[in-house]
Amino acid sequence: MIAALIAEIKPNSTWYLVLAALLFAIGTLGVMVRRNALVLFMCIELMLNAVNLSFVALAKEMDDINGQAVVFFVLVVAAAEVVIGLGIVVAIMRKRVSASVDDLAELKG
Amino acid sequence: MSTILAATPFVGPGIEWFALSPLLALLAGALLILLVGSLTPPWKRGGYAAFTSLTALVAGVLAVIQWNRIDDNGAKTLVGGSVAFDKFTIFAIIAICIALLLTSLTSEDEVRASNEEGPEIFGLFMLAAVGAGVMVASNDLILLFLGLETMSLALYTLAAKERRNSEGQEAGLKYFILGGFSSAFFLYGIALIYGATSSTNVSIINKTLRGAVRADGNDVLLLVGIGLLLIGLGFKVSAVPFHVWSPDVYQGSPTPVTGFMASVGKVAAFAAFSRVFISGLIYRADDWRPAVWVIAVATLVVGSVLAVRQTNVKRMLAYSSISHAGFMLIGIEAAAHVASDDAANGVSAIAVYLLLYAVLVCGTFAVVTALAKDGGGTELKDFAGAARRRPALALGLTVLLLSQAGVPLTSGFVAKFGVIKAAVEVESYAIAIIAMLSAVIAAYLYLRIMVAVWLADSPEETEAPARLPFSLALSVALAVGFTLVVGIYPQWVLSLGDSLTVLIR
Repeated sequence: MIAALIAEIKPNSTWYLVLAALLFAIGTLGVMVRRNALVLFMCIELMLNAVNLSFVALAKEMDDINGQAVVFFVLVVAAAEVVIGLGIVVAIMRKRVSASVDDLAELKG
Repeated sequence: MSTILAATPFVGPGIEWFALSPLLALLAGALLILLVGSLTPPWKRGGYAAFTSLTALVAGVLAVIQWNRIDDNGAKTLVGGSVAFDKFTIFAIIAICIALLLTSLTSEDEVRASNEEGPEIFGLFMLAAVGAGVMVASNDLILLFLGLETMSLALYTLAAKERRNSEGQEAGLKYFILGGFSSAFFLYGIALIYGATSSTNVSIINKTLRGAVRADGNDVLLLVGIGLLLIGLGFKVSAVPFHVWSPDVYQGSPTPVTGFMASVGKVAAFAAFSRVFISGLIYRADDWRPAVWVIAVATLVVGSVLAVRQTNVKRMLAYSSISHAGFMLIGIEAAAHVASDDAANGVSAIAVYLLLYAVLVCGTFAVVTALAKDGGGTELKDFAGAARRRPALALGLTVLLLSQAGVPLTSGFVAKFGVIKAAVEVESYAIAIIAMLSAVIAAYLYLRIMVAVWLADSPEETEAPARLPFSLALSVALAVGFTLVVGIYPQWVLSLGDSLTVLIR
């Protein structure tokens, strides 16, 4: 019975768009509530990859190759972003114990 | 298999290299200084800065040549429609080159004094300028994203460049995280607009939306996409409520870098903002104009009111740049009232504002760099009595601050008058009145700095200050001179501005 129901279900691109939106929301929430700089990076990466998934799903639905090509550009940008971000975190960690962004509170007003 | 291979040989788009030469010159300068600089022993006094200034000049001259070519042959799009080659682009590229020139002159001494002389800092300045140039030239959202990231990654690194400065590190990390966060929003907006219009090209999006029936099934995708683009760009231009990063980042970053990110970052982001919204999404202006109106008003009010209680000069200038962003948003709001292919005075008002603001803010931060060298800090009290130590510099700062406040006979007045005039022409009187009121509140901020510099007593009698480095003095002199010349004879800038009211579609 259940197997038959599952066989009925055919994932289409809307499913992937919804999944991407959920992943993006998780990433956004993560950036807002988490306090560790490395976890913040991971959340930003999750957001970018959620966008990649949307691009692929939309391109598949429209039968257009451009949307899939975009993903490669985004992957390269994400990789470059990690390099810069980790560089900054390592520079900070040399002087401090933790990577928590709460400790970074010299600048305010 | 063989039929697939034989069917469609790949044909790349034609590339007009000469039309792209301003950007190529900046890129070549960045790559050359990094390559040659790392292979040769340290260059003589100021060599790196001189090379950067030269690159900026060459790129600027090439941009002027392209301006004349557009005069003769008309505007068009290049590289398969993904690069917009019109006067607006060239004008913004010239503004970027001027900002790069002033910044390299300002940072020459600073970089040497902080004992990190090398080609990297100047290479990063030029790379950021390339990214900004790509942003202002891009007629495709993906190219815009790539330019945005090229510029932002260079700026994150520059903000955190001083290894022993913990404030700079903090500023770099904050800038990086919020920048990455906003880029993700921006990219998601691109994806949804791609889903709604099946293209990322601004011209094609424009044509698709022109013919579209309004109650389309894809409307949700499109509207959410526009909203996300607005959030992403709002972060980049530090519009309220997406401004929280900018005071911290402006305060923590090395002062010349702050000037650079304030000028070039804002020029690039606002040029891209105009291109995407005025050129690409103009047929949905009724949907997004109210949002821009609200953001503009919030930015104007918050930027000028919160500035009042700050005590750090760089932080004050951060709030002043937020209030400037509000003025530029007025230009966008005004241009959004003008339908279809008509000339939009809002567009030329923004372009002129960007050029004048870029010079103004670079000059102001150059003076702050110079004064902070004496006093050792950028708190308002460190500036007390600075006029006694350096009267010429204090005079320059006064001119620049009066200009930022929008006093007549300075370039700031020309800039602010332009956007308010554009708003009044399309009958959005409310926003024009709010803008003028907020300018009055913001004037208090600039007056506080001036009072501290001229009237306050310096804490102790210090010995005569060291001679100002030539390049720093030159940078301040150029900025002050430009501010006064444009303020007294604004006609030539305005007539240049009038020729760029139409963006290529």
